[in-house]
Amino acid sequence: MTAEATHPAGDTGAVRASGTIHPAWLRITHWINAIAVVMMIGSGWEIYNASPLFPFSYPKSITLGGWLAGALLWHFAAMWLLVVNGLVYVTLGVLTGRFRRKLLPIRPGEVVADARAALRGRLSHDDLSVYNAVQKLLYLGVILASVVVVLSGLAIWKPVQLQELTALLGGYDFARYVHFAAMAAIVGFLLIHVIMAFLVPKSLRAMVIGR
Amino acid sequence: MSRIRRVIPGVDPKLLIKDATKAMPDPTRRLFLRGGASLGALTFLTGCDIVDGFSAEQALMKISYFNDRAQAWLFNPNRLAPTYPESAITRPFPFNAYYPVEEAPEVDGENYELEVGGLVENKKTWTLKELYALPEESQITRHICVEGWSAIGKWSGTRLSEFLRRVGADLTAKYVWFRCAEGYHTSIDMPTALHPQTQMTFKFDGEILPTKYGFPMKVRIPTKLGFKNPKHVMEMAVINNWNPGYWEEKGYNWFSGS
Repeated sequence: MTAEATHPAGDTGAVRASGTIHPAWLRITHWINAIAVVMMIGSGWEIYNASPLFPFSYPKSITLGGWLAGALLWHFAAMWLLVVNGLVYVTLGVLTGRFRRKLLPIRPGEVVADARAALRGRLSHDDLSVYNAVQKLLYLGVILASVVVVLSGLAIWKPVQLQELTALLGGYDFARYVHFAAMAAIVGFLLIHVIMAFLVPKSLRAMVIGR
Repeated sequence: MSRIRRVIPGVDPKLLIKDATKAMPDPTRRLFLRGGASLGALTFLTGCDIVDGFSAEQALMKISYFNDRAQAWLFNPNRLAPTYPESAITRPFPFNAYYPVEEAPEVDGENYELEVGGLVENKKTWTLKELYALPEESQITRHICVEGWSAIGKWSGTRLSEFLRRVGADLTAKYVWFRCAEGYHTSIDMPTALHPQTQMTFKFDGEILPTKYGFPMKVRIPTKLGFKNPKHVMEMAVINNWNPGYWEEKGYNWFSGS
């Protein structure tokens, strides 16, 4: 609470003075992450197809790697990009105080009000430097889903060496479902995220050039 | 585009070519680029000249070799795979191979002789009778397939580490290589070969290994994915030269540790 009280004024001032909505580190990690996530999901779908958890498979045309071995090569290559870039992003997000300023607090009342406004097409995106409550919830949610997807991925990749983690996630077979659910949450976020970026093109511009 | 021919001191060009040929892609291995190239072109290939020999496949294989080292570093030789009660055994235990179950090789147990070669002092062959007389222990562990599914089974046999000591193997060598009756082959790192749960397996679920589970001998490695657990093993060799294996040459990660 005290942190919240001491920060907002100075910060908004700084943003207005420079005109920068997204600092360079954020834009760079965002786009590296975008590439890594697309590679992870595309190859992950092909890996899923080798032993589907549900009665459906992903069409070959939207998977990456061609067959299981190729997909695994992509998955375990892109994993480094995803994790290293993700660690840089989270570390800078915490150290610069950006996460706290931009994503907190999330008040349930505001989420409900903003969600209603959004569904009626009345939620404004005029000030890109301020996130509405729905955005805050989605951004925090996708960060959380990303943590879960990485942990469950480690759990099914190394169920012997990291067996405590695997046990924590309900054992090898259950951890596969956790990994799938976290992926599905990220894909769900991506759909909304990409649609919104095209509905509010200046937000896309801000993520490229910063303003 | 010019190619410079460099002679590396201490490297026999003929042996090098022989090794390189082994790593050459075959049509099956080529498959993964067909699907990968579209996205790969966008991500990995931008600005790179394919004619100069750089390809997504080569880059991915390099990362896969890096992942071999990362996994070797992560591998704890004293860390045991979780074990389960008898009630957890998957019945029937799934059969899995690159051929249907009826094509599983029938090995004649009477005339079977396990060949032991490479960097070992005693290269004698082993009959089944001799192998069955070795100290026996059982494990109920989870078999995890590279495809993602898993199944719990009970395997009995003798520790590979004890056998390697018995035949006077050079335990400082890098790999142990296995050749199977149907032509399958694979290799594992020495630390995994010496892991207490790595087993020369002669029984499944208390019975002599049936053909479908690898008669007469399987090597059970609960710290590795299923395809690194060879069945119908005819020969093993302790080696220092890189000889990855059937699936590994098609693109599967060599270490494939669990």
